[in-house]
Amino acid sequence: MNGTIQAPTIEYALLSPMLIVFGAAIIGVLVEAFAPRYLRKSIHVPLTLLALVGAFITTILTALNGLPDKAAAMGAVAVDGPSLFIWGIILVLAFISVLLINDDEQFVAQASAVPGSTDEEEAVRSGFAQTEVYPLALFAVGGMLLFPASNDLLVMFVALEVMSLPLYLLCGLARRRRLLSQEASVKYFLLGAFSSAFFLYGMALVYGYAGSIELKAIADSLSTVTGQDTLLYIGTAMLGVGLLFKIGAAPFQAWKPDVYQGAPTAITALMASTVLVAAFGALLRVFWVALGGLEWNWQPVMWGVAILTMIVGAVLAITQTDIKRMLAYSSVAHGGFLLTGVIAIGTFAQNTQALSAILFYLAAYGFTTVGAFAVVTMVRDAGGEAGHLSRWAGLGKRSPVLAAIFAFFLLAFAGIPLTSGFFGKYAVFAAAVSGGALPLVIVGVVSSAIAAFFYVRVIVLMFFSEPAADGPTIATPTLGTSAVVALAAAATVVLGIFPQPVLDLADQAASALFIR
Amino acid sequence: MPWLSILMAVPVLGAVGVSLTKSDKLAKQLALAVSLVVLALTGVMAAQFNPSSATRFQFAEVYDWIPRFGVHYGVGVDGIALVLIALSAVLVPIVILASWHDADGTGAAAPPKRSVKTYFALLLVLEAMMIGVFAATDVFLFYVFFEAMLIPMYFMIGSYGGAQRSYAAVKFLLYSLFGGLLMLVAVIALYVIADKGTFMFPELVGVIQDPNTQKWLFLGFFIAFAVKAPLWPFHTWLPDAAAQAPAGAAVLLVGVLDKVGTYGMLRFCLELFPDAAKFFTPLVIVLSVVGIVYGAIVAIGQTDIKRLIAYTSISHFGFIALGVFAMTAHGGAGATLYMVNHGFSTGALFLIAGFLIYRRGSSQIADYGGVQKVAPLLAGTFLIAGLSGLSLPGLSSFVSEFMVLLGTYERYAVPAIIATSGVILAAIYILWMYQRTMTGPTAESVKGFTDLNIRERWVVAPLIAVIIALGFFPKPVLDVINPAVDQTLSNVHVDQFTPAVADKKGAGQ
Repeated sequence: MNGTIQAPTIEYALLSPMLIVFGAAIIGVLVEAFAPRYLRKSIHVPLTLLALVGAFITTILTALNGLPDKAAAMGAVAVDGPSLFIWGIILVLAFISVLLINDDEQFVAQASAVPGSTDEEEAVRSGFAQTEVYPLALFAVGGMLLFPASNDLLVMFVALEVMSLPLYLLCGLARRRRLLSQEASVKYFLLGAFSSAFFLYGMALVYGYAGSIELKAIADSLSTVTGQDTLLYIGTAMLGVGLLFKIGAAPFQAWKPDVYQGAPTAITALMASTVLVAAFGALLRVFWVALGGLEWNWQPVMWGVAILTMIVGAVLAITQTDIKRMLAYSSVAHGGFLLTGVIAIGTFAQNTQALSAILFYLAAYGFTTVGAFAVVTMVRDAGGEAGHLSRWAGLGKRSPVLAAIFAFFLLAFAGIPLTSGFFGKYAVFAAAVSGGALPLVIVGVVSSAIAAFFYVRVIVLMFFSEPAADGPTIATPTLGTSAVVALAAAATVVLGIFPQPVLDLADQAASALFIR
Repeated sequence: MPWLSILMAVPVLGAVGVSLTKSDKLAKQLALAVSLVVLALTGVMAAQFNPSSATRFQFAEVYDWIPRFGVHYGVGVDGIALVLIALSAVLVPIVILASWHDADGTGAAAPPKRSVKTYFALLLVLEAMMIGVFAATDVFLFYVFFEAMLIPMYFMIGSYGGAQRSYAAVKFLLYSLFGGLLMLVAVIALYVIADKGTFMFPELVGVIQDPNTQKWLFLGFFIAFAVKAPLWPFHTWLPDAAAQAPAGAAVLLVGVLDKVGTYGMLRFCLELFPDAAKFFTPLVIVLSVVGIVYGAIVAIGQTDIKRLIAYTSISHFGFIALGVFAMTAHGGAGATLYMVNHGFSTGALFLIAGFLIYRRGSSQIADYGGVQKVAPLLAGTFLIAGLSGLSLPGLSSFVSEFMVLLGTYERYAVPAIIATSGVILAAIYILWMYQRTMTGPTAESVKGFTDLNIRERWVVAPLIAVIIALGFFPKPVLDVINPAVDQTLSNVHVDQFTPAVADKKGAGQ
């Protein structure tokens, strides 16, 4: 010991997307503190969008500069192909979700006012707005960027919390049906806190086994440490619980419908698309990088989870009468389809195929999801969005273009050819078949068929039923909302007809798998 | 010249044009014009087709579509695909002309006015997909068309059909989707197991050797096709869908879409999995024969004209599947010819029944009677179409049914004999329906009927002409079909059965 401490090296260029997003979020907080109320929104919106664009551009530049061969920030953050691809998806999806958030009708005037109180009326009358939404969303996006890129469990846990805490808050900010929204927020927070605790405990146990929280060290320890298997198994299971909770895999899916329904729809769009992407990135990193050598042990459990998730998602969706709850269960089912890809681990070639399939699926699904929720925000009753499915009857006659686009999104969810959803599903199932998971794929197509039933039911309602006399009105979309719908529809078409460029990108991203 | 791509592009562009037109009338005229252009192009292409050519798939085009999955945009036709494309191209303009008022909200049943443009645009999109599905030489491309073509048909039934339309549309879609998804598993597994890195059909023939693998893959494909065709016991969606669909859509549904099922059996099930096909032949033959007899008996009991015609089709699909799986030259050629003939004669039946229903507003047989006296042309053409349906010699279906029975008898005598009873039952259901609706005292509600108008005559005349022409002189079509069927059977490696008496194949020649 000579008393000098080596300063840690930080690769600022590699981390710049995250730094930009977090930096903009902090500036956003300062704006909240110092800018006058009437100026805030006009500062926040460009700031947020610029930050996301800037982060996206730096992500691309990083990718063009060639991938680093070792993890950044002293091995804490792995900026590799999958990370960059996932960042790209998250940033684009976040960008279009922010366009959707930029709609005052969605959010409560003053979150602290008790629902139905005079305070609330006062806040509405004086035109208050919770502009904290923007910095909160940026913090969440920053967490999402870090989550799938973290190369040790502690960073991953921090990222998980940075991602989740703003989302818990955002869920409670719906302007209409505020009690439902606050209930969703509390539910999400409580269950989320539980799952984080599971994750943390699992981390502790794995540390007890491996003596390290670095993914690489854990992977190495699998072959060297003996006699501590119980610690490892319980730890693995608990890490799995924490991650599967975020994905909404059965049996940890209970929060999804409530939260999706209660949250302001723009936030639901953000969550439904980006959180799934980030969580799958993290899941893959933990199970493939750290616990890849343990595949014989976790694969059977994952089989069960995948089967349960697909079936629970598809079957429970049938019984739903609220459009957002239905989409929530549909997202559960899609999580199950994606899990079939996670299981398809094997040789190197097999892994890259499965990984690129998952990446493509996430991109395809994310766009369609944002688009679908954007349409949901536009169908309104006197008391807010017309959530109940019966209110959607005859929408095809009232507003054919909107209904046709929504029907198209539903067909993409159902995986009909010539939509992006089909190729996503195909890619994942093909990877699973070549990975030897044929029975899983059969369960997958059977639940796809079940799922098709409820997607089709909505189409039947919209197009083949007579409109109700006092049906919902279609809000004239703001520029942002129409842009979101148009972008999502375009992505769904293009990925459904010419998926090759994006497949190539995903292939490239997956070609070297994860760095350790 | 990329004939097949042009054939698909023209209706798609036409559909876009139709949906952009300002007036309903213009939309109809444009749709008709586009479909006639497609027909003309098909005619020119068919004239250049060389049946005796050594290249199996002619007018072939192969481009990479998704290299990552080994998927090509691969199209090309042999004789079997060509006649089915021709069938589609002929039927679509006829259907468009026949459906002139389907979406108008006119007619005795006073259906609500619906979007005319959408209806005709959907028809044209469907035409492009029908051509695509028969032309695809890439298994994946075939699957894409196979599934995607459900969507326009779903909307045609669901938006423009009868009272129970949404139930029928959903049932149709879910049955077909379920079958299709099982096929998707088989398609994926085929790709993975073949390990060729391509989905091109010619390169996949004969690759799967393991008998057990063949059996599972065969089942994946076969169930999808059996639902589509439909074979007994997968048929229950058809009567609902056909009865609720507008008459024009019903023609395309039963006349062309369902043929994709039998076409798929002949092209994919037999050639890709020959050993499994032979293994499952007894099962398929039993299903076919049960379907023939069951469909016919149930048809006799129907009280709804369109349902009745739908059940007769189930019986006829039994014959087609029987011919396909007999794996003889006569059987295969007969089955292919049957697909074409059935399209025309059932198409004529549905369309004329549609005219009848348009006048009266009911599809119940009991609501009619004595139509012949007030509308002799309508009744007469209905009778001719019906007689073709029951395989009267001299009308087209006879040739094909005879060939199927002959081809089956060569290998499986007992099933062929049982299947023959379908011919007799056919006489009962057709003639009894004719008797109840057209003959006898003119019912009160039928008194005001007008006979076929000019438009309707233009619809019926080509169909009747084709039915009679193919009944007397099927040789041109058989000349196109026979080499393709021989090629198929040689890939299946069946020993050709050479009957002692007949020295030339093609009974209708």
